[in-house]
Amino acid sequence: MIRLEKRPSPSRFWTATTPLLAVALTMVAGGILFALLGKDPLEALRTIFWDPLFHPQFASYSRPQLLVKAGPLILIAVGLSLGFRAGIWNIGAEGQYIMGAIVGAAAGLAFYPSGSPLIFPLMVVAGALGGWAWAMIPALLRVKFRTNEILVSLLLVYVAQNILASAAVGFLRSPEGGGFPGSRNLSQWSSSANPELITGTGMHWGVVAAFIAVIFAYVLMSKHLLGYQIRLAGQAPRAARFAGVEPGRLVVLCLSISGALAGLAGLFEVTGPAGQISIDFNSNYGFTAIIVAFLGRLHPVGILLAGLLMALTYIGGELAQFMLGLPAAAIQAFQGMLLFFLLGVDVLSNYRIRFGRRSVA
Amino acid sequence: MDRRTLLTTAAMAAGLAATGTAALAQSKTKVGFILVGPKNDGGWSQHHYDSAMVMAEHFGDAVEVVVQESVPEGADSERVMTQMALSGVQLIFTTSFGYMDPTVNVAAKFPNVYFEHATGYKTAPNLSTYSARFYEGRAIQGHIAGKMTKTNKIGYIASFPIPEVIRGINSAYIHAKKVNPDVEFSVIWAFTWFDPAKEADAARALIEQGCDVVLQHTDSTAPQAAAQAAGNVITFGQASDMSDYAPFPRVSSIIDNWAPYYIERVQAVMDGTWTSVMTWDGIGPGMVEIGEISSAVPDDVKAEALAMKDAIANGSYHPFTGPLNKQDGSPWLAEGEIADDGVLAGLDFFVEGLTAEIPS
Repeated sequence: MIRLEKRPSPSRFWTATTPLLAVALTMVAGGILFALLGKDPLEALRTIFWDPLFHPQFASYSRPQLLVKAGPLILIAVGLSLGFRAGIWNIGAEGQYIMGAIVGAAAGLAFYPSGSPLIFPLMVVAGALGGWAWAMIPALLRVKFRTNEILVSLLLVYVAQNILASAAVGFLRSPEGGGFPGSRNLSQWSSSANPELITGTGMHWGVVAAFIAVIFAYVLMSKHLLGYQIRLAGQAPRAARFAGVEPGRLVVLCLSISGALAGLAGLFEVTGPAGQISIDFNSNYGFTAIIVAFLGRLHPVGILLAGLLMALTYIGGELAQFMLGLPAAAIQAFQGMLLFFLLGVDVLSNYRIRFGRRSVA
Repeated sequence: MDRRTLLTTAAMAAGLAATGTAALAQSKTKVGFILVGPKNDGGWSQHHYDSAMVMAEHFGDAVEVVVQESVPEGADSERVMTQMALSGVQLIFTTSFGYMDPTVNVAAKFPNVYFEHATGYKTAPNLSTYSARFYEGRAIQGHIAGKMTKTNKIGYIASFPIPEVIRGINSAYIHAKKVNPDVEFSVIWAFTWFDPAKEADAARALIEQGCDVVLQHTDSTAPQAAAQAAGNVITFGQASDMSDYAPFPRVSSIIDNWAPYYIERVQAVMDGTWTSVMTWDGIGPGMVEIGEISSAVPDDVKAEALAMKDAIANGSYHPFTGPLNKQDGSPWLAEGEIADDGVLAGLDFFVEGLTAEIPS
């Protein structure tokens, strides 16, 4: 008989090992899925995990794309992880991402076609403020009226999507677009462009910001008093209160950081890879980042690796679709398995597996 | 299998795959399609996919077709196009408006690959655009709707306020009004191309307002189901025939047929005669088809609708023929004047008589 026995404290070994185990299990289960679809499982896995990095034809292009895709995921996930550690659940990063892009783009376009070098920095600040302000709504409602920040932040995503549609067809629509929706192209206007900083690396300001955020979060969580308070509030809310942590202040702070970072991610995306505000500008980065945050164990370095891995499954998944004819749904199922196995094997870090009969204590 | 053999196998397979692609590229024409929705969405993307399959069947072994479905617009689509171009695809069809700027960017990077963007307006030496004159079909729907409504209220589920949709509303209204001066249009903006729940809500709201005809510029069959439940409301299929709801409530439909165009363009690549064009075809060349007008429509109305279809097809009638005023009462087209394609392509106003507003 097998039974689970709760560990007194989570196992360090398994906390570090379970993500790798989850990836391995995903590969096995995914391989079976691909085989059932009539594809060679090894070839499919190779296309997803190997080709984007080392394929002679694609790699020179897809390797830098890894950073482009992972940048916003990491930036958002790092912000979210702080709140998640403290038990503050910002599920609406998607909305903050959209609002950051809209406010940032609007601030820049107000000065079109000026060539001032101050425009891009202004847009960056405006983008962060846009995301921050959107996150302040659930924060203040929770602090003042005890509303649930999960619901409020999530529902505000749908509000943001409607504002986005309205921006694309209305107040930010390009006057030269012939009546079609969509703003001016920000990546083609030199004052607002967020270009590749070093050719062939995919490194743009958003990726730089993501790396800085990782370092900043690492220092904050391991060296700073605030990091201690965040961890304490998540693990033992009562103890945290005795230790002088004000829960309201922590809510506002965590949502501020995650909102501003999500807003920044939106701004860097709209001025760089996406290029313009369009009706469907948001591509689920805000929601995918939640997966990345958990896949990375809410640890900054873990998130960095998880973001890159997630980006790899996206880019490899696209390759597998048109090289092997795998359906898009199979790729999504494959990504879903990754999270499923991660949460599943989590049991190993919190529980010990015992074989045999329970001994009478 | 241990890690080392796995890697060796993978590396060997990668090498083999690379030689394989290069060999194929010489004998077959590789054609790529990028779809915004799933290939079986029952509407827009499915018709691009089905047309692509008709094209593939036409050429048999001479072409290799690769399809990428559910590709988000924006940065992701740019990557997908680039990877397709890198993999040796010679002709890429990008089938949604939102792929416009990404297609322009990728086309600039790959001057030897041909690109075709649906429903956009930006071209390049290796980038064509193509779209269909759906408003020709809307004229016929408007005629049938105007004749058949008893409450004189017609509902219209619009997707996004873009010229294509605005043209359709105008065209349907003009032709409904022509045969029924008392007719009124209610327009609901759904801000989606495909969302069955939203579309059903919109249809029910219109029906509750007394509309007994519901036109839709969204792709799901949910409005058809809502009309069927109401029992006394007629509808028209959109993008695909939606014949499951015939003969009632669905009395006719507009069907997108891209197959002839795809065959023509792939042939041009094979012959080395491909040039950048802006194609905007309607009923005449067969890009827009009118689904069977069902038995629920009286014979005389059906005959008139078919006569209008023939007149549009042979060029003797244009749905936007003056006199027509803009919504604010200012003149647009004089008696007998025909709207030019430039204005129609960027149409951003309603004609006189429509009470709805274009959101901005």
